[in-house]
Amino acid sequence: MEALVNLFITAVFVENLALSFFLGMCTFLAISKKIETAFGLGIAVIVVQTLTVPLNNLIYRYLLRDGALDWAGLSNVDLSFLGFVSYIGVIAAMVQILEMFLDRFVPALYNALGIFLPLITVNCAILGGTLFMVERDYTFAESVTYGLGSGFGWALAITAMAGVREKLKYSDVPDGLQGLGITFISAGLMALGFMAFSGIRL
Amino acid sequence: MAYPVRKILFSPVVDNNPIILQVLGICSALAVTSKLSTAITMCIALTLVVACSSAVISMIRHHIPANIRIIVQMTIIASLVIVVDQFLRAFAYEISKQLSVFVGLIITNCIVMGRAEAFAMKNPPLPSFLDGLGNGLGFSAILLIVGTIRELFGSGTLLGYTMLPLAKDGGWYVPNGLLLLPPSAFFLIGLIIWVVRSWKRTQVEKAEYRIQTMRQHSEVA
Repeated sequence: MEALVNLFITAVFVENLALSFFLGMCTFLAISKKIETAFGLGIAVIVVQTLTVPLNNLIYRYLLRDGALDWAGLSNVDLSFLGFVSYIGVIAAMVQILEMFLDRFVPALYNALGIFLPLITVNCAILGGTLFMVERDYTFAESVTYGLGSGFGWALAITAMAGVREKLKYSDVPDGLQGLGITFISAGLMALGFMAFSGIRL
Repeated sequence: MAYPVRKILFSPVVDNNPIILQVLGICSALAVTSKLSTAITMCIALTLVVACSSAVISMIRHHIPANIRIIVQMTIIASLVIVVDQFLRAFAYEISKQLSVFVGLIITNCIVMGRAEAFAMKNPPLPSFLDGLGNGLGFSAILLIVGTIRELFGSGTLLGYTMLPLAKDGGWYVPNGLLLLPPSAFFLIGLIIWVVRSWKRTQVEKAEYRIQTMRQHSEVA
């Protein structure tokens, strides 16, 4: 249990997907103009990440890994080269299913998240989470924790970034830095701040 | 039919750069630039993938049903990335280890999807291929600049060869450790944007909100 809590904290603060691995930067910079939309997108990322990372973990462990097809009597088959196609397929399908499910059963949430869901398929943070999970060979329990933690960390980063940018609007920025330039520099300063968490172990 | 080859190929490098103007593909751009060798590998890999995927998608553009086009594009891109990844593992294992997940992340690199959607779906294969190549070059230009600065001033080497002898080995250069850390990539790209936009004034974004000075007030009045 302690190991899982540690993994969660590490995924949220120390190895923040947005600020220390630069994943999901395109959406991170494009959607962080307002706190409300940033928060909505953040929630959507948490949900999708918590579902796809464990799902891809199962696919990796029981279908793709070297010798994973042992249960089907095919112990010499190594399908791990099919990883990328399978993971991205799972993510795209998951996002689609989630969209239809929310539309049918939770229309209020669908209206709030609806426009962000398609964006999530091409968000590198989601695929990145899965690939890190595969690379570090997490167990199922660890993958659930990691999915939740990394999604939460990304949501935290984009919401904080939106807060900074809402204030930044009123500051006097040099012409060439206006908009994108100053956003990069403030993201860099935030990343420096998050580095202060490095080395934390429970 | 003649296409404006030069224009398609070179306009994405400065005038319409994918990273600094279209804000695409930053995701994998920043993490691989702490060393020049990984940056170069990433540039070659991405340029190949974006050029080939644009060409392939453009060839079958009339046969893709509009509502599942994203998944079709994803599958094509993912297959190309698998080829690149397997190739790197076979012939450049060390570098592929250092790049770790970032080769796979070319799939979700927004440049690839962005060019497929914006250009390849509407144009014939050859111009699409050139457009992909051009955008790959634009991406590479930024990556190489950032990679060179970070490796040269962060650890005093280029491609592993010592350029600035370090103080701890008896030389004179004290390396700037900040440049090896992730945040420095943000600062460098921010500064590159500043330089390019001071040179090409048309790219400057309009401020949403201006503090009015007294003089402007009196002009309005």
